[in-house]
Amino acid sequence: MIPVNYYLILSGVLFSAGAVGVLIRRNSLVIFMSIELMLNAANLAFVAFAKMHSANPAVVHNGQIFVFFVMTVAAAEVAVGLALIVAIFRKKQSIDVDQLNQLKG
Amino acid sequence: MTQIDLYSILPISVLVAFACLLLLLEVFYPKGKQKEIGFFAAFGFALTMGLAISQLGNTISGFGGMVALDGFSNFLNVLFLLTGILSVAFAYGYNKRMGIDRGEYYVLIMFSVAGMMLMGQATDLIITFLALELLSIPLYILAAFSIQKEESEEAGIKYFLLGSYATGFIVFGIALIFGATTSTAFAAIIASIAQGTANLTLLTIGAALLLIGFGFKVAMVPFHMWTPDVYQGSPTSVTAFMAAGAKAAGFAALLRVFSSLFPSLAADLAPVIAVLAALTMIIGNITAVAQTDMKRMLGYSSIAQAGYILMAFVPFADEAVRATAISAGLFYLVAYTLASFGSWGVLMMLEREEGKGLSLADYAGLGKKYPLLAFAMAVFMLSLTGLPPTLGLVGKFYLFRAVMEGNVLWLAIVGVLTSLVSAFYYLRVIVTMYFKEGAPVIIQDRLAYWAIGSCVVATVALSLVPAPLFAWVSNALISPF
Repeated sequence: MIPVNYYLILSGVLFSAGAVGVLIRRNSLVIFMSIELMLNAANLAFVAFAKMHSANPAVVHNGQIFVFFVMTVAAAEVAVGLALIVAIFRKKQSIDVDQLNQLKG
Repeated sequence: MTQIDLYSILPISVLVAFACLLLLLEVFYPKGKQKEIGFFAAFGFALTMGLAISQLGNTISGFGGMVALDGFSNFLNVLFLLTGILSVAFAYGYNKRMGIDRGEYYVLIMFSVAGMMLMGQATDLIITFLALELLSIPLYILAAFSIQKEESEEAGIKYFLLGSYATGFIVFGIALIFGATTSTAFAAIIASIAQGTANLTLLTIGAALLLIGFGFKVAMVPFHMWTPDVYQGSPTSVTAFMAAGAKAAGFAALLRVFSSLFPSLAADLAPVIAVLAALTMIIGNITAVAQTDMKRMLGYSSIAQAGYILMAFVPFADEAVRATAISAGLFYLVAYTLASFGSWGVLMMLEREEGKGLSLADYAGLGKKYPLLAFAMAVFMLSLTGLPPTLGLVGKFYLFRAVMEGNVLWLAIVGVLTSLVSAFYYLRVIVTMYFKEGAPVIIQDRLAYWAIGSCVVATVALSLVPAPLFAWVSNALISPF
């Protein structure tokens, strides 16, 4: 049996990887994947915390239901985000964020 | 689900139902006539506003403590609906001129306003999160609404990527708070902290992550980098809505979450918020001085204004000052909404199809040729600076007083000094309008005239008679649990 703490550590590592990934990657799709990684790290944390307090069903429900909400919202975000990325790719033939430089000053 | 539950979210449900109806209607409407959807949207907002006003004075909690209807959320509901109506009025002519008069525009605005209202009412972090997304996702689409233009697309993707990045921080913050207190409901979190069963380390990290996430949403320095680009690239009608509504909603969530949940962490958080507020004011105002593009200038100005509103947060844990500070923050929010909406409206009158007419030089001679419009712009600039006879002055006065009562004198001094800096670029607009020769071209748009006119009248009249508004914000309290 793997201790619950390990899941929490993994979740922290995933979140940090996502947060750093957004900052250092230049491809919009990869940035977007990093953001999803952050959301899923949070999901993992929710489930792990729920498991930690498995004696109390209210806590388990609260944590696990939040995960469903996050997944649904992430799906809605994907719908909008991928549409935007596709629109940009059609116009520029590139999804490199460094090429998004029309606006500055 | 009881009647009380339904009553607590009645305005939101009506607004969402209306938006869904319009979405259906829009499909059956012939192309080119879709701007009539705008009429229906305005009607929907007016109806909802009536409901929200009829709920004034209620303090109830619904859905097992997940949403609350209290003075605070009631006040904000009215403010958000006002934002909605104004943005419909401005967009009606503007979107047609820019070739983006599609019915979805109004529907998306309605969904976004519903999200804002839910944000003010949320008393469970699940609802806060859902409301935030309901508010943000339509805004990502709206920012890229003028899809044939590269700038708008760029604004959309930038807003989307940074907005979702912020969401990531907020969700992980909520996860840590859940882990620390075993609940996401405000009442249970407060109880857990009071009993000492909460894990304070996790709780503090969670609160800090929430501050980062909401900081992105309200464009707090150092999380403000997206603001000028997104504000410049989006269609101006959308920018006006973002600058006023989305920012106010971010503050609503910050106020509600921090003053309910984290008074015990104030020793750690209050100094951080004070420094961030000071930085926001300084960097926002100083960068705005260098701008010649009006949209960018107002973008930086809105960052600076966020700093002033953020000052209202610093004494959030001080029982004696908290009520004054929150009401000062709400008061300034009204002043900011009116002045910023009005000035974006003036920008829309001068903007032409090719995206020209947006630089400061295009405003030369406006005072001679269109004295009424120039007067309106002058009033908004004075209000944003905080000079008489405008609501901005009264708002800043209350803010500085609240901060001084909270014993953060240095922050009030920073506020006054940066207001002086801001006078430079706000008054520069007035000087350009009245003392420089030029031949500005404006678009005749009666609805926008009315909207700008009502913003001017409200800004001046409420500054002369601030008592009713002040009485209202003083009663706009966050209900304790």
